[in-house]
Amino acid sequence: MPDTPMIAIDRVNKFYGIYKALSDVSLNIGAGEFFALLGPSGCGKTTLLRSIAGFDNPSSGDIRIDGHSAIGVPPNLRPTNMVFQSYAIFPHLNVEENVAYGLKRLKLGADEERRRVGAALEQVRLGHLGKRRGHELSGGQRQRVALARALVLRPKVLLLDEPLSALDKKLREEMQAELRSLQRAVGITFVLVTHDQYEALALSDRIAVMFGGRIAQVATPKEIYQHPRTKSVADFLGGMNFLSGRTLGQTASGLTVETEKFGTLTLSLPEERIEVGARATVGIRPERLRLLWDDERAPHELTGKVVNRAYFGETTHLLVGVEGLEKPLSMIETNTHGADDLPIGADIRLAYDPEAFVLLADDPPVERVH
Amino acid sequence: MAITASHAPAELAPPEPPRPRWSASEEASGLALISPTLLYAVSLLALPILIVFAYSFWSQDYLTIDRALTLENYRTALFEPMYQDLLGRSLVISLVVSLVTVAISYPIAWFISFHGGRHKNLWLFLITVPCWTSYLLRVMSWKVILGYQGVLNTGLMSAGITDQPIASLLYNSNAVVITLVHSWAAFAILPIFVSLEKIDRSLIEAARDLGDTRLMSFVRVVLPLSLPGIISALLIVMIPTVGDYVTPKLVGGKDGVMIATAIQAQFGKGANWPLGAALSVTTMIVVSAMAGLTVLALKLVVRKIR
Ligand SMILES: Nc1ncnc2c1ncn2[C@@H]1O[C@H](COP(=O)(O)OP(=O)(O)OP(=O)(O)O)[C@@H](O)[C@H]1O
Ligand SMILES: [Mg+2]
Repeated sequence: MPDTPMIAIDRVNKFYGIYKALSDVSLNIGAGEFFALLGPSGCGKTTLLRSIAGFDNPSSGDIRIDGHSAIGVPPNLRPTNMVFQSYAIFPHLNVEENVAYGLKRLKLGADEERRRVGAALEQVRLGHLGKRRGHELSGGQRQRVALARALVLRPKVLLLDEPLSALDKKLREEMQAELRSLQRAVGITFVLVTHDQYEALALSDRIAVMFGGRIAQVATPKEIYQHPRTKSVADFLGGMNFLSGRTLGQTASGLTVETEKFGTLTLSLPEERIEVGARATVGIRPERLRLLWDDERAPHELTGKVVNRAYFGETTHLLVGVEGLEKPLSMIETNTHGADDLPIGADIRLAYDPEAFVLLADDPPVERVH
Repeated sequence: MAITASHAPAELAPPEPPRPRWSASEEASGLALISPTLLYAVSLLALPILIVFAYSFWSQDYLTIDRALTLENYRTALFEPMYQDLLGRSLVISLVVSLVTVAISYPIAWFISFHGGRHKNLWLFLITVPCWTSYLLRVMSWKVILGYQGVLNTGLMSAGITDQPIASLLYNSNAVVITLVHSWAAFAILPIFVSLEKIDRSLIEAARDLGDTRLMSFVRVVLPLSLPGIISALLIVMIPTVGDYVTPKLVGGKDGVMIATAIQAQFGKGANWPLGAALSVTTMIVVSAMAGLTVLALKLVVRKIR
């Protein structure tokens, strides 16, 4: 990341009456970065995005865009443009007029304006639909008009509020790929709000996970998936098997934690200091547990019983009860060996890699005014 | 228009007995269901208009109607200076009234829609309150306000703004305009309010996001999208006010006489129903044309703004 971030959010709080929608949010987003805000419904993603766009003003804290404080600056004077969740295509204008909307003010002259509108529509592959009205477009096409309308103004930051949530799965995946290549092509900062973890993982350079108005973790997709900091981050991004354990001590290679059934694990040190002898939560991803077939052997094994099974086409999700563990373990097997044929109640053996465990911090207590 | 309808014979034809097979169809049962209202509407709306239309081509000699077709009535209605004046004034008054009413109602509707908060319905309710009293009473109260020794004059004098009552407040076209605007405002606010309510608020935010100031986003998004409401408000006010009879009679004086007074005179004392009918038809056509032109002009203006 370059030295001065494109967007610097500094200890921002936002109250709606006595309800705290954003709580001490600090965040830096670099120039040219594809940044995702991820979190469950109602966690404050839209509020944060609207604060960057200028539609909501933070109750306290500072937001700097490209080095200038944006507090009190109205949306029309910010170098940001937004793609609305509902797309907000002007119904009284056709596609070209929609895209030209923001250009009118720049007084470019008819030729230059037409050239820019044409180029923007080409960029989103809508060149042939310029004369259509908004209600004559499909969801995916409307979304592209909204993109072209914002990008034609060459903003420094493009803000997208769940732009894909109204599309069906197939189109959504198509548009995800397009968004990603569009961002690479134009090279500006994208801030994408989503509650779809896979979308965030697949598209962004970095992700901020939010819960209840707070930022729980900011990291690259890989980092956040492999080393979630807290239980709720781990849970929100894909499944996770949680195990309780007790810290034994610290060695040069990391922290040793004693667990039921999985023995003593050595885990990389978390940011927070952990007391020896304290209770700790460790987790392992379902796909890091592996079924052992026939007389296959592994250095670390457990035995269990299939409690439940769900078929997902390319994979099968299994719930495996292990004696001595409170909760059954969930695991994901590709259907290449016949995991989809395992009956419920079958006795199985599974292998695990002690390196695959992560230590998870407890969630900060949810602080709410009411 | 009320005048033409009021004395027409209401002929209610008995419904035809339906034929057996057709009577089983859905169409038949549907028609049967609406037939009372349909007959009612047809007899009370279409018939009087047809009768007035027919009368306008006849002539009258004292009490006898001569049914030979003639265009003489239209010649009088269109070329007699007195009727030209009256019709012209009526059109100007109704145009001014409808434009002023919309201009006053729009900000009110806008305020309720955008800043009414949780109390939108209360605001709307309050706006309809004046309509609970009789129309006559409301017109009379303007007489009290605008009169020579009325509320406005005594108020102005006691405030020291004038030392003599202003005589020109009542009994002229201005008084007619003021009274009519007040009477019709509630009817103009409602359609405008409805069209403003229908505007997706994110469109306004999108306009702001794309670089518009508050004012520009209003002009480029809110105004064009509320045009249907403006047009219905204009028509709702313009069409009935041309033929208004009561208001000019009560507050218009000599100067504020409108075409309806002349029409009434022909059907009454003048005893020339055919001329009255021709005046009615002429008014009807001219006001429709004016309404159409106004709507067209508005659409053009809004199209230009983009
Ligand atoms: N204008 C408002 N007045 C009061 N509370 C509000 C307002 N806008 C948002 N909130 C509250 O603030 C919280 C955060 O809202 P926000 O819209 O940012 O959520 P979100 O993360 O975008 O959720 P979603 O994924 O459902 O869109 C919610 O609990 C919401 O109820
Ligand atoms: Mg949202």
